[in-house]
Amino acid sequence: MTSASASHGGIVLSRVSKSYGKVRAVRSVDLVIAPGETVALLGPNGAGKTTTIDMLLGLTRPDSGSVTLFGMSPAQAVAAGVVGGMLQTGSLIEQLSVRELVTMVASLYPHPLGVEEVLQLTGVAELADRQSTRLSGGQAQRVRFAIALVADPDLLLLDEPTSAMDVEARREFWTSMRAVAASGKTVIFATHYLGEADAFADRIVVLAGGEIVADGPATEIKAKVGGRTVRATLPGSDVAQLAELPGVTSADRHGDAVILTCGDSDAALRALLGRFSGARDIEVQGSGLEEAFLALTAGEDDITSEGQDVR
Amino acid sequence: MTSSAYTRYEVLRSFRNWRFVVLTLAFPLVLYFVVASGNRHHTFDATAFPLYFMTAMATLGTMAAVISSAAIIAAERSAGWTRQMRITPLKPATYIGAKVLTAYLRALLTIALLCLAGTALGVRLSAREWLIVVGLLLVGLIPFAAGGIALGHVIGADASAPAVGGIVTLFCLLGGVYGFQIANSGAMFQVIKALPSYWLAQAGKTALGGGWPAEGWIVVAAWTAVLVPIAVLVYRRDTSRV
Repeated sequence: MTSASASHGGIVLSRVSKSYGKVRAVRSVDLVIAPGETVALLGPNGAGKTTTIDMLLGLTRPDSGSVTLFGMSPAQAVAAGVVGGMLQTGSLIEQLSVRELVTMVASLYPHPLGVEEVLQLTGVAELADRQSTRLSGGQAQRVRFAIALVADPDLLLLDEPTSAMDVEARREFWTSMRAVAASGKTVIFATHYLGEADAFADRIVVLAGGEIVADGPATEIKAKVGGRTVRATLPGSDVAQLAELPGVTSADRHGDAVILTCGDSDAALRALLGRFSGARDIEVQGSGLEEAFLALTAGEDDITSEGQDVR
Repeated sequence: MTSSAYTRYEVLRSFRNWRFVVLTLAFPLVLYFVVASGNRHHTFDATAFPLYFMTAMATLGTMAAVISSAAIIAAERSAGWTRQMRITPLKPATYIGAKVLTAYLRALLTIALLCLAGTALGVRLSAREWLIVVGLLLVGLIPFAAGGIALGHVIGADASAPAVGGIVTLFCLLGGVYGFQIANSGAMFQVIKALPSYWLAQAGKTALGGGWPAEGWIVVAAWTAVLVPIAVLVYRRDTSRV
């Protein structure tokens, strides 16, 4: 299945838009994902991540634009059993053990993985005989991952898969995810943790306000959104010069204060002190994700306000 | 693709929910014992009361057993399970088939228990009479089975229990299960006879010597033709987060 699917060019979203009433959840998103890529959809709540994933799964129909998975419509891809999904919300059903639940779902797919294999891979083998409703949040989440994985899908869609997990569970989850991604599947996951996106995705697509505001290799995006901010008092400095310092992605000034957004704050600090000996009151701050999104979406205010117009 | 494992676990799961099964079965059975044993030697409409009341409770009990699919489905939807199944290759026919099968198994169990209870209270029917009653009840239940599934996909989990109770009560009233008909002639009677509830009640009453004319088949077939596509349609459209 994988080789046949690969010839159809992976996952393509073409000018996809979706509104719920007045809220434009997704706005004209263009995205092409090649088979085998692991892609993180990174963004704050309300960025359009879940709507995008629901459209990829055929649960939500776009108002305009098209979605194709390996050359098929989402519904066709789901019917063909090439997609496995873990939705953001949802609990497991009562009256079945974990093993029974995974077996039941496996029976729906044309070429499922072995149930015991999946239970091992997702780290729930020791819970196999437990009632599926008597699990901790993290355990239930791993069982839901097992349900998505047992399909042996070409495409795995995970909507905030670690949201109910503590740090330890999160680490275990991503360890098993790595094994899955290494097997050549296309993986798309939504998260609002930059750390997760950076550690587990080849590529990060940043969504904010229903639009793609950045898209690139994880290292590049991390430099853009995960960098630090250096603040200093430096009267009479040239912003353009500051922006060209090594490690600096952009520079800004407010009166005597300059704010350097840095991919590499260490390099930026060394260069700043080397070239601008007058710099004082220096502060280095990790920039929060929200702040980074604001930086990425800055200058698009016109588009944003236009977008909120009610038609 | 083998969907038999899916169906097997659906059935297993529904019968492991023993509180639900016991309550579904117990209500008509307890009601039967309480009312019929006290009136064991009475007659009603020139019929031995235990026989009369057995058919009435069979109608009520089986109708409740199949419509209660709505409560199960509404609960699954609110748990997000229906959406999870929607992103698998599960076919609507397999899904609905499994729901109908579990509903019918509950109905058959209800009939079996009521027949045993009736026999204990002196009801005697020939094998042929039993077959006709049971067979026609199963036919008459088809529209209710489809309706229960459709209802489950449009109603919230919290509203499903009162809705099921209310619908069963209403249809039993319209079907004449409580021992009287709202109308025996005129336009109202025509309306009553056009509803599947009347014919489910008539199915039970074949044990009392009642008939099941062609009209019964036509009404049941018409409601089936309407409600089955509606059940499929609401299931297909039901992809929203609840």
